[in-house]
Amino acid sequence: MTAVAVSELDLRQIEQFLYREARYADEHDYDAWEALWTDDALYWVPAGADAVDPTSQMSVIYDNRSRISTRLKQLRTGKRHSQSPPSSLRRVISNVEVLSGEVLSGEVLSGEVLSGEVPDGQVPGGEVPGVEMRGGGGAETIVGANFMLAESRARGTEIWAGRTTYRLRVVDGEIRLAYKKVLLVNCDQPLPTLAFLI
Amino acid sequence: MTATVRGTAASMPRPDYATLIQSDRVHGSLYTSEQIFAEELERIWYRTWVYIGHASEVPEPGDYVRKSVGPQDLIMTRDRDGGLHVLLNRCAHRANLVCEDARGNSKSFRCPYHGWTYRNTGELIGYPYRQGYEGNGKLDLAMGRVPRVDSYHGFVFGSFAADGPTLAEHLGAAAGEIDRLARLSPDGQVQLNAGWLKHRTRANWKLLAENETDGYHPQFVHSSIFSVTGSPIAALYSDKSSAVTRNLGNGHSENDLRPEFRNFGEPMRWFGTTQARVPDYVARMREVHGEAAEQILVEGAPHVMIFPNLFIAEIQVFVIQPLSAGECIQHSTAVQLKGAPELNKRMVSQSIGSVGPAGMLLADDTEMYERNQRGVAMLQPEWLDLRRGLHRERVDERGLTIGTATDETAMRGFWSHYRTLMEAAA
Repeated sequence: MTAVAVSELDLRQIEQFLYREARYADEHDYDAWEALWTDDALYWVPAGADAVDPTSQMSVIYDNRSRISTRLKQLRTGKRHSQSPPSSLRRVISNVEVLSGEVLSGEVLSGEVLSGEVPDGQVPGGEVPGVEMRGGGGAETIVGANFMLAESRARGTEIWAGRTTYRLRVVDGEIRLAYKKVLLVNCDQPLPTLAFLI
Repeated sequence: MTATVRGTAASMPRPDYATLIQSDRVHGSLYTSEQIFAEELERIWYRTWVYIGHASEVPEPGDYVRKSVGPQDLIMTRDRDGGLHVLLNRCAHRANLVCEDARGNSKSFRCPYHGWTYRNTGELIGYPYRQGYEGNGKLDLAMGRVPRVDSYHGFVFGSFAADGPTLAEHLGAAAGEIDRLARLSPDGQVQLNAGWLKHRTRANWKLLAENETDGYHPQFVHSSIFSVTGSPIAALYSDKSSAVTRNLGNGHSENDLRPEFRNFGEPMRWFGTTQARVPDYVARMREVHGEAAEQILVEGAPHVMIFPNLFIAEIQVFVIQPLSAGECIQHSTAVQLKGAPELNKRMVSQSIGSVGPAGMLLADDTEMYERNQRGVAMLQPEWLDLRRGLHRERVDERGLTIGTATDETAMRGFWSHYRTLMEAAA
């Protein structure tokens, strides 16, 4: 896949980051998970469809960095009843694709990559998806992946599945998560409680 | 159409509701019995007024939106003359679903099975190969319709019974709470156009209806988020709060938080903000309401449960959809106030944070509902206690029963009305 070659981050590094993020979420390691995010983070779980303006339409989750922090503080109290005791979780991430990345000198993103999934036309501010320069950091790499997740708690076992779009950025030499959108396959259906980190 | 529902257990003796529902306790089987659930469908959900949708969801002629009452799949439509209709999503030919889209705009619905086509009023306007019916093309068939549909401030209610109390009679004192919500819009109009979250809940619907105006639980169920955010909501539901719980009659109830907000006398405190942060809104309200604006801006929005399925919680609206004795769906959205753009985006953002499957409030309420459902399946003790505050109830100047912020006055009102409906003749 040519897109890998055009990314500053290679696929192996990206996958390792995604797996680590998934493990922190599965194991309720809230401090480690929180440390992965950039200061301008956005964590979005659309309800029904992602072709909406999440500032004027309801979403399941639409957290900026401050609300991510509040959500995690609530979990850390141990009195977030819907996660006390916490769900037992394991997720599998697959079909990892670099959808666009920083263009290295002399190389051009292939049309195939650009005309594939257009990840997020609805980021606040209406930025055009793809490579972009952000105020505080360097270029972003947009990554898509599928996931399946088994959740067990006293209520029963739930299977969650969907498509995740990540925007990754290198900050001080380390990969950080600037954006994570989780589009559940059943987001248009009634969902059970989703109080863990998905 | 006839909206009668087949009695599911005609041969079984009817439950004795006078024994199961007492003034100070109710029996656990009310939450677990499928026979009682079937009777509730007949006697409550398919008879009394139930909330269906909001007129702002179908603003233009031809607009339609799928809705539900219990297991009934409904289509709320607006015809070319602006009239509202609530159709049952079922073809008069072979009973297929006529409409599969969640919403849209169309003058007609065409059943995909054999091509029967209906006007958005439910009237059958055509079918293929008319020779097969030997007549002139007309058939005396139509889609089912909810026979009585009426609305109040755009809140559309329906009754599957052809006769009965009017919507105004059903709403009674609760209508004033909808007035209070609409009054917060500078244009006097509520809009529910921010989309809906759907939260699947493995619990009996009545646990939700009772909890909506239970002022006893917030300090315990929601302590995690109150402690993290320093929320002033906790104090509204403390033992020292001046707020009252009011039985509004007909099963409706409210937590009246106005006494608390009047004590502070700060405009927009009810919204967790100050007037300086929403200057355009406050200016418009003063322009529209003059001197009365002060009181409106101080007292804020209602916290009212309208029997059996509509809950207005200040800036959110919830609709309860029962599916069985042990399962229901909570639909939730943010209130939007016409002419108040400064508030509307905040209400969406706050609502996303609070309600739905991941909500920092409602996920914990729902955890309680689901554990409660497991609890009521235990054999002993058989009863749920309803006595809290019974000794200190009072009657207010409107003749309505009130208790303190944490008393179970609302639940007692709910059960009294429930029993009346369940004991009524079939």
